[in-house]
Formats: sequence, C-alpha cells, structure tokens
Amino acid sequence: MATPTMDKVEAEASASPYITVTFRIRRFNPEVSAEASWEDFRLEIDPKERVLDGLHKIKWELDGTLTFRRSCAHGICGSDAMRINGKNRLACKTLIKDIGPEKPITVEPIKGLAVHKDLIVDMEPFFQSYREVMPFLVTSGNEPTRERLQSAKDRERFDDTTKCILCAACTSSCPVFWNDGQYFGPAAIVNAHRFIFDSRDEAGDQRLEILGGQDGVWRCRTTFNCTDACPRGIEVTKAIQEVKRALITRRF
Amino acid sequence: MKMHTYDTVIVGAGGAGMRAAIEATGRSRTAVLTKLYPTRSHTGAAQGGMAAALANVEEDNWEWHTFDTVKGGDYLVDQDAAEILAKEAIDAVLDLEKMGLPFNRTPEGTIDQRRFGGHSRNHGEAPVRRSCYAADRTGHMILQTLYQNCVKQGVEFFNEFYVLDQLLTEVDGVRMSAGVVAYELATGEIHVFRAKSVVYASGGTGKFFKVTSNAHTLTGDGQAACYRRGLPLEDMEFFQFHPTGIWRMGILLTEGARGEGGILRNKDGERFMEKYAPVMKDLASRDVVSRSIYTEIREGRGCGPEGDHVYLDLTHLPPEQLDAKLPDITEFARTYLGIEPYTDPIPIQPTAHYAMGGIPTNVEGEVLADNLTVVPGLYAAGEVACVSVHGANRLGTNSLLDINVFGRRAGIAAAEYAARHELVELPENPGESVAAQVERLLSATGSERVSEIRRELQETMDANVMVFRTEQTIKTAVAKIAELRERYLHVSVQDKGKRFNTDLLEAIELGNLLDLAEVMAVSALARKESRGGHYREDFPNRDDAHFMRHTMAYREVGDDGAQTVRLDYKPVVQTRYQPMERTY
Ligand SMILES: Cc1cc2nc3c(=O)[nH]c(=O)nc-3n(C[C@H](O)[C@H](O)[C@H](O)COP(=O)(O)OP(=O)(O)OC[C@H]3O[C@@H](n4cnc5c(N)ncnc54)[C@H](O)[C@@H]3O)c2cc1C
Ligand code: SF4
Ligand code: FES
Repeated sequence: MATPTMDKVEAEASASPYITVTFRIRRFNPEVSAEASWEDFRLEIDPKERVLDGLHKIKWELDGTLTFRRSCAHGICGSDAMRINGKNRLACKTLIKDIGPEKPITVEPIKGLAVHKDLIVDMEPFFQSYREVMPFLVTSGNEPTRERLQSAKDRERFDDTTKCILCAACTSSCPVFWNDGQYFGPAAIVNAHRFIFDSRDEAGDQRLEILGGQDGVWRCRTTFNCTDACPRGIEVTKAIQEVKRALITRRF
Repeated sequence: MKMHTYDTVIVGAGGAGMRAAIEATGRSRTAVLTKLYPTRSHTGAAQGGMAAALANVEEDNWEWHTFDTVKGGDYLVDQDAAEILAKEAIDAVLDLEKMGLPFNRTPEGTIDQRRFGGHSRNHGEAPVRRSCYAADRTGHMILQTLYQNCVKQGVEFFNEFYVLDQLLTEVDGVRMSAGVVAYELATGEIHVFRAKSVVYASGGTGKFFKVTSNAHTLTGDGQAACYRRGLPLEDMEFFQFHPTGIWRMGILLTEGARGEGGILRNKDGERFMEKYAPVMKDLASRDVVSRSIYTEIREGRGCGPEGDHVYLDLTHLPPEQLDAKLPDITEFARTYLGIEPYTDPIPIQPTAHYAMGGIPTNVEGEVLADNLTVVPGLYAAGEVACVSVHGANRLGTNSLLDINVFGRRAGIAAAEYAARHELVELPENPGESVAAQVERLLSATGSERVSEIRRELQETMDANVMVFRTEQTIKTAVAKIAELRERYLHVSVQDKGKRFNTDLLEAIELGNLLDLAEVMAVSALARKESRGGHYREDFPNRDDAHFMRHTMAYREVGDDGAQTVRLDYKPVVQTRYQPMERTY
C-alpha cells in the first residue's frame, strides 16, 4: 500500500485552503426584467470544492433568488449542465481549482434551449427529441422464460452509449442545434445508438429510418463539441459516425 | 388552483415510482407527479447491484436469500415480506432484462453475479454471488430502463411538481385517501389531484445528515406529508450508515468494491475487519463494518493527521478489473480526491445512506393507519415505505430489489383498487393548507435562514444520532431539534416570486427534515437496545424480550397546539426463523 501520496493529499487538505473567487453569473428572471444581465459574486471558498458548492454558497449565504437545478451533486443525475467559462460542464463535476479561479468564473445557462430563469432552461424540446428515436428495447415473438442471452462481447458493443445521463451538455454545445431547432441533436442519437447496436433489439431499421431523415444524423458536421462536452466521457461523435455508417451499410 | 382527476396518482418517478407506473398505466388512468425529471431520481446513483438468487454462477436459492435478509435486518424483518422479496427477486431481475436492462454477462451469456455484504450460501457458510449488476452503474441502468419503458407505454408525467399534502376524507369512520396537493415549480401554481388511489414512491430522507450519500433532494417529503396527516411512521430510528463514503464528502463507493476484493485498512495497513468478522471480513453486514471503522478511529488507528478516516484499498486489484467492474467509483476518487485508485488507497468514512423506516405498509403496498387498519386507496413503495423487508439493517442490493418488487406490487394493487372503487369526496378547501404554508413563507420577514438551520440540523444529527448513540447524545439531538423547529417558525425566504422558486422549496423541504429528524431521535431514545443500524452504547445488546417489535410514531397535536411524537409498537411477523445471535 503506497502511503506517501496519501500524506501529500492530506497535508494539502489540512493547510488553510480558502481563496477568493469571483463568480460571474448570467441572471435572468422575467418576473423582474425582460433582459438578462451579468452579476458578480465574490466568495471565499476551498478551490477543491465544486462549482456547484460555489453556487450553493451564493444561494445560501448571499442571494437566495439565484436559481439552478441540481440533485445528486456527483455527476450522476444530469441536472446541472451549464456553460462554465464558455464550456458545457456539470457544475457538480467541475472543481474550482481546475478552471482558473484567478479570473472570474463565468456561469451561464446551456445554449439553444429557452431560458426560464437564471440557469434553468426549458428541457422539454430536448426530451421530445429523445422520445422520438424510440429509446426502448423492441423485440418480437415469445419472451423467453429466463433472460435473453447476450455474449459479453455483444454487451460491450453498446456499453459506451448506455452511460448517458441525459444532461444535454452535448446537444446544447452543438452549433447545428443552436442554429436549427429541428435537429435531433447528439443526445438523441446517442440513445438511438444504444439500441441500434444492442444485439437483442429488432427495431434498428426503424430507428435508422428516423435518423436518416431531414432532421437526423446527416446534419452533424463533426465538430466534436459534443464529445468534448460529455461529462460521462461518451465518444458522442463516434457514436454518430457509427449510426451514419449503419445507415449506409444497414449493418449493425 | 387547478383541479385534476385521475384513477391512480403516483408520487415520485424513481425506481419504485416508475415500476409502479408501468403496471398502473395499462390498468387505470395514471398520473406520475415528480419533483425531479424522472431520470434525475436518486435511484440512478445506485451502484453495486440488485440481489436475486438466479444461481447463474453458483448454487443459490431464494430461501438462503430470505434467511440472509432476516439475519441482516437483525430479526426485525417481517419474514412474510422478506420471503416475497426473495422469491419475486428472480422475476424482478428477469423482467428488467426483458425490458432491456444491459446487465453484465457471464461467458455463457447469462446475467453475471457478484458478491455483496451479508449475502451468503447456506445460512452464513460463505459469501455467495447473488448481486446482478451492470458495472457499478446498476441503479443508473435500472432508472434508464424503467424510464425507457415508461416512454414506450406513454406514461403521463407531471415533472417538477412537488407533492406537499396528502388528502384524507373520513367515510363512515374510516379515513380514506382522496388525493394529493402539489406545487408546480415552473409557475408557483397549486394543483389538487383527486384520485381513487395514491402511491407514494418519493424516496428517502438522508439530507438531515451532513455526511451522506443522498442527493440534495432527498428530504422525506412523502413521509412528512403522511405523518402530518396523522398517519404513523415505522422504525424511523433505523438508518443505515454505509461504511465507504468518500472522506468528508459522503459520496458513495459501492460495497461492490469490496465484493471485487477491496480491503479496508487502518493507519497501520492492517486489514482490521478480520478481527471483527472472521468469516465475512470486509463483506460483513454494513452496520457491523461501520461500527468497526469507528472503533478503529476511536482507538487511534484512523488515518490522516486527524485520524478521522480509514482506507479502502483497491491497489492489489488489476487495473483492468477496476476499469471493467468499478469504472464510476474509481473516477469519483480521481475527480473529487485527485487520487489514482490503481496505486493509492482511497480515504473513506461511514456515510448516512438509507432509511430502513418509513410509511408502514403491508405486502400489497397498502398504507397502515395503525397496527391493523389500512388506509383505503393509499399505497407506498420503495425507500419511502417500510414493509418491513429491511428490519434494523438493509442488506446491500436489497433496495434496488425492494423498489422493483414492491413498486410493481403497489402499482398493480393501486390500479386494481381504482378499478373497483369510486372517487371519494375531497375535503373542503383541499388546497388550503399548502396555499397557507406557501403564503406564510413568502410573506415572512423573520431573520432566520434556511441554510443555517439546515446546517445546524445536519451537524447535530452527525454528532449525536449516527453510528454510535447514547441516551445523552440522543437527548442532545432532541433538544437541538426542538430549538431548530422553534427557529424555523421565523425563517424567511429571499425569493418572493412564482417562477422556479427553489428558495421557497428548500424552506419547505427543511420543514420536512425537521419533522422527520424529531421522529427519528424520539424513536431512537425510546429503543433501549442495540439492533442493526441502531447502536446504543449504553445498551449494547439486542433485547428481544422488550424490543423485538416495530416502532410506530404518530404526530400528536395537543389542545394548546403543541406537537409531540407519540410512540406505539407493532409486532414483528416471524415465520421460519427464530432470532439467533448475529455474527459474521
Ligand atoms: C449512492 C447510492 C448507492 C446505492 N446503491 C445501491 C445498490 O447498489 N443496491 C441497492 O439495492 N440499493 C442501493 N442504494 C439504495 C437505493 O438506490 C435506493 O434506496 C432506491 O433507489 C430508492 O428508490 P426510490 O424509487 O424509492 O426513490 P428515488 O429513486 O430516490 O426516487 C424518489 C422520487 O420521488 C420524487 N419525489 C420526492 N419528493 C417528492 C415530492 N414531494 N413530490 C413529488 N415527487 C417527489 C423524486 O422526484 C424522485 O423521482 C443506493 C443508494 C445510494 C444513495
Ligand atoms: S451523451 Fe453525454 S453530454 Fe450528451 S446527454 Fe448523454 S451524458 Fe450528457
Ligand atoms: S447534480 Fe446531479 S449531475 Fe450534477
């Protein structure tokens, strides 16, 4: 067991950790004003804390009207995707020390979805696209008494896209989605991929039909923003490419 | 105020709520009310697995599983319910697989299984591989799979609707469920949902602790709504402290890590669990492991400058195994601690994890008004409920199982009830109480802050009613909670608006936490024994003669308006197993 590294970590933890950080937050509340504006908050915080901890500190100690979604606080529920220093991230998975706290940290709502209040956007169009790709297992014939068999290799084939937490970081980082509200967006394609490449599923063709249409995968211009944004490390662009290839070859 | 009418209303869209919805939707006109988008529910955070004696990888059967559940729960488990849990486990897992859940597979292509704490072959002989899993993302896969099937079936969701009141109407001397009242986050509007049956599936209440694996939103709203309407809460003193939370943060590192071979070590590098549980070692039941960790810490063998944690050591496991079986939790260690689990041990401490207690139900999910009477039309399932399959201590992987087995049962029972019954009259002014609560908080000008009271509550709970309890510590907590409840009357919120007023909702959630913390502490004070998750240093032994019974806590309001907790007790259902000493 290698303890030396531990000692280092703990030594850091016990030294007084606080620094002063400025959070520059995009505020919007139509009950107050039709215009959005920037507001700065200065706080003392341990840089090893999460951006979400900073937002909570502001809400709990400085301004209770600051509004955002969150639940799990460790990158699992997908509630708190936001634009932090110009990049889409989960506030609960971003440590303050990793994003240059010497300069003001900017926090804005994700782009391309209507803002309801502060960092809260309208998620309905996002979930609508998701629902349209038939995001569920389709099989035919009698169900087996026991489980369906699937080899470990076949299970591995679609593992990456099962990790999606529907946070919308990818879709709302996509320039095509910003400019064209009709595009399904990367997240919906990821969730279609999850079933198209599942050996148990029988509706791959139908899903490809949907994704091969006007608002589907061909809109993707391979900018890789989505892959960079995904907090689950899903290779989103690769998944989209695989769907494109399946459309051409009809092999999946 | 908006009015809606449904056959069945389900409160909550985690695993239990959605499993219920899948059954109820085809059978009755169903609405699911949830304060979070369904896929945000905390079921998604569950990691390790779901127990079922599939016997895919070694000999196993449901009777062994029942025994482990009963013993794990320190004999406070209702054995009829445990038997149902273990028997129906097998179909519950197979159903999920058929719905599409991507379980890890064996070389033969069947569902793979791994070890988990407290699950044994042949009544404690040796650990058994009973946990069905999908890497360390089992809860995520369950939540996604159930949501996918809800989409498939067209389940009707009301997202970001907070249920804040349970409506009961007395008909011929019997209290019956008439519906619920909800607050819509987007608009601030109050909605009355009239329904023939209501299913609570609103999850746990861990946020009254500071170091917890629970989400910010787990504030016991369902328990509080029922309790305030005079319904009992069962066994609330039993809360599970999971041994391996990330030091100071409480983020969970699944027991599956020890199932894969991970070892707990103190500052001397000693594998200390060998002393406390010679057979099951690191895989002893959670309450046993949590107490062992704190014993090490108290006796000066904790790690770090403050000696306030121990290590979870995975360094002897091959990196490929960690990547394949434990990808998420190793990433948590990297993200939040900057530690590489391939080479360095992870600092951990016990974290408040799971409410064994909750709204009492029978095995059909029907809510009890007292020891014998059900509330017609009212159901509960999942962590909000107490059936009781977990007794004094839940075994790992038995909750994902519970939500599926009893979520399904409650969904069917509620829909069938709705098909056979008429709507009952709503009470007069059904939305009045919630409207008054909202109005009072919005217009309050007091100087108390929600965040401050919540912080003090969490600190007193961590200090006084966690892994070790004594009469004195519990009394300290009771007094502090009373003070905080008084101060809560003087809180004000800064956000006075109608749109997405999360400031207001945090205040309401804190009110729920305070009520439930009081019930927990008062129930714990009266239980002068140690059993499962409830450990009294002043009464270190189990006392079957006096306390082999469930606590039933009721809210009493005196003539002067003063509120107190009244305790009563309910017998434990015993079928096959006589209480024995619990060793691992
Ligand atoms: C980190 C972690 C890991 C775990 N790992 C495992 C494991 O490996 N195996 C296992 O068996 N168990 C595990 N558990 C326990 C298990 O995951 C939970 O007990 C279980 O998922 C609870 O499910 P639920 O459906 O009852 O509640 P939840 O999934 O918490 O869902 C609650 C639902 O209720 C809704 N809700 C709450 N309040 C209201 C309200 N006022 N109005 C409307 N809706 C409301 C929420 O929106 C949510 O949809 C784990 C728990 C945690 C915290
Ligand atoms: S693919 Fe990644 S970024 Fe996109 S919604 Fe899923 S988890 Fe979020
Ligand atoms: S709060 Fe759940 S993902 Fe950030």
